[in-house]
Amino acid sequence: MNEQLVITGYCCIRDNAVELDSEQLYRGSEHLFSEFSTGVYRHFSVNYPKFHKMDNLSRLGFLTTEILLGKKNVSGRYEGSQTGIILMNSSSSLDTDRNHQKAISDRSDYFPSPSVFVYTLPNVVIGEICIRHKITGEGNFFVMKDFNAAFMVSYISQLFYCDIVECCLAGWTEILGNDYNSVLFLIEKRKETVEGIANFEPSVAESIFKRR
Amino acid sequence: MEELIQNLKEEIITALNLSEMKPEDIDAEAPLFVDGLGLDSIDALELTVLLEKKYGLKINTAEEGKKILHSVKSMAAFITENKKD
Repeated sequence: MNEQLVITGYCCIRDNAVELDSEQLYRGSEHLFSEFSTGVYRHFSVNYPKFHKMDNLSRLGFLTTEILLGKKNVSGRYEGSQTGIILMNSSSSLDTDRNHQKAISDRSDYFPSPSVFVYTLPNVVIGEICIRHKITGEGNFFVMKDFNAAFMVSYISQLFYCDIVECCLAGWTEILGNDYNSVLFLIEKRKETVEGIANFEPSVAESIFKRR
Repeated sequence: MEELIQNLKEEIITALNLSEMKPEDIDAEAPLFVDGLGLDSIDALELTVLLEKKYGLKINTAEEGKKILHSVKSMAAFITENKKD
């Protein structure tokens, strides 16, 4: 059986814009990420009140996934246990860690916020996405200096070859202040080469990641 | 009491990031958890912090917390009865 791994879709949220499979779907003019992300939420008519309570990293990963999976009907084709989610970034949850630090820096006014504190781990974004899309398969969050396409392809290929996943959402979700960049790929198996669908290879992922 | 209830509604919206809601959307007597606003355990902790930070009041036991955080009205009653001016 000559199955190969292919990128059946990708979504980028960066530079105040949302792009799905190279087509720009939304451009905002907001300066703050919190405002931009609310603009995206409203533009795509997402109805998920928990979104408003999420930290910025979770908002970014959530929206990128929402737009990508919303067009691909993944939940209808795969069991949640067959779907994996592998994310990477360089700042971990530092964006929220700093907010938490502000809340606990003054011992005379010491009121850490529970709803901020719960986001002081980067893999919480994976949890938010899993809850929303009922994904129960392999989940992992890697922190690394730069996007490493070769690592991503190698790691995820192993998950497929070991029959751990049948479908995988993977990529880079980075935010620190108002600098954000989210590029997520949907990876599936195909028996034949399909025109317009790219193979899941480092050079292809790298090329999409660098395209601005 | 009415003024306190109105203030509490605004503070709850801010503290819990209920940005899509307005004070008038919150029924002061409706349960805050599960049925009413559908709040969760983290929200309960956030409301506990709100009472301590804004009104200097502590909830001592989980059982007490259940009664106090039942609704906006029960929170206002707790503040009215215990606030030291």
